[in-house]
Amino acid sequence: MTNRVINWFRYASPQTFYPLAGKLIPCFWTLAGIFAVVGLGIGFLLAPTDAQQGEGYRIIFLHVPASWMSMFIYLVMAFWAAIGLAFHTRLSGMMASALAPTGALFAFLSLWTGALWGKPMWGTWWVWDARLTSELILLFLYIGFIALQAAIDDPRRADRAGAILALVGVVNVPIIYFSVKWWNTLHQGASVSLGKAPSMAAQMLWGMLFCALACWMYSIAIALMRVRNIMLERERHTEWVRALLAQAE
Amino acid sequence: MLISIRAVIGRDLRLAMRRQADILAAMFFFIIVVSLFPLGVGPEPEQLRKLAPGVLWVAALLATMLSLPRLFADDHRDGTLEQMALAPQPLGLMVLGKLIAHWLVAGLPLVLLAPVLGIQFDLSGDGLAVLTLSLLIGTPALSGIGAIGAALTLGVRGGGVLLSVLVLPLYIPVLIFGAGAVDATLTGLGPQAHLSLLGAMALGGVFFAPWPTAAALRVALE
Amino acid sequence: MLEASNLECVRGERRLFAGVSFRLACGEMLQVQGANGSGKTSLLRMLCGLTPAAAGEVCWRGQPIGKLGEEFRGELCYLGHHNAIKEELSPLENLLAAAALAQESLDEDAALDALEQVGLHGRADLACRYLSQGQKRRTALARLVHEKRPLWVLDEPYVALDPAAVELVSGLVGAHLQRGGLAVLTSHQAVSVTAGALRELWLGTAAASYGRI
Repeated sequence: MTNRVINWFRYASPQTFYPLAGKLIPCFWTLAGIFAVVGLGIGFLLAPTDAQQGEGYRIIFLHVPASWMSMFIYLVMAFWAAIGLAFHTRLSGMMASALAPTGALFAFLSLWTGALWGKPMWGTWWVWDARLTSELILLFLYIGFIALQAAIDDPRRADRAGAILALVGVVNVPIIYFSVKWWNTLHQGASVSLGKAPSMAAQMLWGMLFCALACWMYSIAIALMRVRNIMLERERHTEWVRALLAQAE
Repeated sequence: MLISIRAVIGRDLRLAMRRQADILAAMFFFIIVVSLFPLGVGPEPEQLRKLAPGVLWVAALLATMLSLPRLFADDHRDGTLEQMALAPQPLGLMVLGKLIAHWLVAGLPLVLLAPVLGIQFDLSGDGLAVLTLSLLIGTPALSGIGAIGAALTLGVRGGGVLLSVLVLPLYIPVLIFGAGAVDATLTGLGPQAHLSLLGAMALGGVFFAPWPTAAALRVALE
Repeated sequence: MLEASNLECVRGERRLFAGVSFRLACGEMLQVQGANGSGKTSLLRMLCGLTPAAAGEVCWRGQPIGKLGEEFRGELCYLGHHNAIKEELSPLENLLAAAALAQESLDEDAALDALEQVGLHGRADLACRYLSQGQKRRTALARLVHEKRPLWVLDEPYVALDPAAVELVSGLVGAHLQRGGLAVLTSHQAVSVTAGALRELWLGTAAASYGRI
């Protein structure tokens, strides 16, 4: 009897989650759109020009939320990975692999916008600052995760191997961050300190907050879309996907 | 428990002795990579002294990477890994045994070679001593962290390249503190802080790494 | 003692078998049969706990093997598709190393005796890479000579063996069953054992059938 209940859960969760996710996606897209309009509106129209940095600073409305999201998504990914390892739920593995590309995208965006910001501010595209370096390593970790999952054919195995990697990574991220910071303070002469953030006007803060919310909603929406695709691909031989596809035709 | 760890170490060492070419290849790789740098950047002793810690440490990372793919691959191919997974003790302990053996054949030779290569870079006596010490403390961590990657990429397409992508970012802290210790000695700061942190990482790596490695091996065996 | 209920095996997208159930008591042997690719090896690996079953459960002495863990593995002897021997080592070294890994006490005399019994007399100190396929298989099977663990799981033990060696292995398995042991093996050829009850399990394309002869 218990066997049947467990089986029911294992087989039903993607099946029930699929239409649920389908209903949620438009909501998150709408929220993302609203937050983006509000955030960018505040950022570009209301926030005052920075006394030291001129108009160029406005890139932080993308740069800062992207950095936040890249770190946050790694934590969420590791959380899903841990759940998947502990309870053998299939959905959590799919969530982890659905989140990874978005996380990598934000890490890349954060580096790119950072470089664009750095050029006018410090006259160089890249400095070996602790935060930049850690962000670069985070991007490497994302790429490693995606590459590992892509290299393993069996999705179950790929999920579990990826989960172990994500957990090892999450243990290592703080160690890497602090070691890079330590290294950076020892080599202070060569780099520019980003530590002293100029005091921000309230509008800037609000704009950044809304932009971060927009990025957050976007991540959820796109991760749900991706997880739906993964579900269809992995479960294409099951009854419910066949029924769904027959319906669509 | 200790008997089985000893059995694994003994078996791996005996195997390594009968396959000495592998150990020698990794050692020569280390020597050659380190010797190429002066040819690339010029022979000024001042500059070489500055580069030495980083070059030697990066070369040590790469030489370790070279020996990692075979850490579990042979046992996986001939079925020994299945027998280890079915032995009546935690697989993590067996992995610990394999790690110790790996360090003895892949890590220790690098430590012993380092002072000789350091002379090429005109390092002072203190510098050479700290370089050797930092490698002695740091290389076990390299074996530990590397084992996780080796287990994850076991039997995977393009495993060797993937292994470097997974493992090299995780090696960064070891690199920073290892090379940093030598650097600190050369600039007169004293290497104690670096070496302590390196030691903490090595301990953590050696005792923490066998468990995710064992989990990854079980996934690979499925 | 060993009980499998409703085992299901899924490889990639294909379901190899489902609903495989059997119960094996002391002194009984189960021969798993089926075409190539019907999931025989997968079934054996499930019984050992190497591969998790897509559904169903394996119990040993009434408890799930996953829960028993090391306790179960201490009563299991598995000989896989691969011989688990190292080409660089001699048969004697291989046998001693395998016993040490499995935490069995096996002294050198006993090991030499085992190798002699499987017909490797005089080759105990030769590196395995100089041995033939059959001799390598014999080296792996030498483990069974002094093996006292109650459950033997053997994947194709007769592959690459000559008739005399087949006879020998059948004798070892028979003695094991007589001691009250259990054995599960796969083989394409007819198996006769000197003692104990023989059961057969067919893994087919449809549901697995299970009979007693």
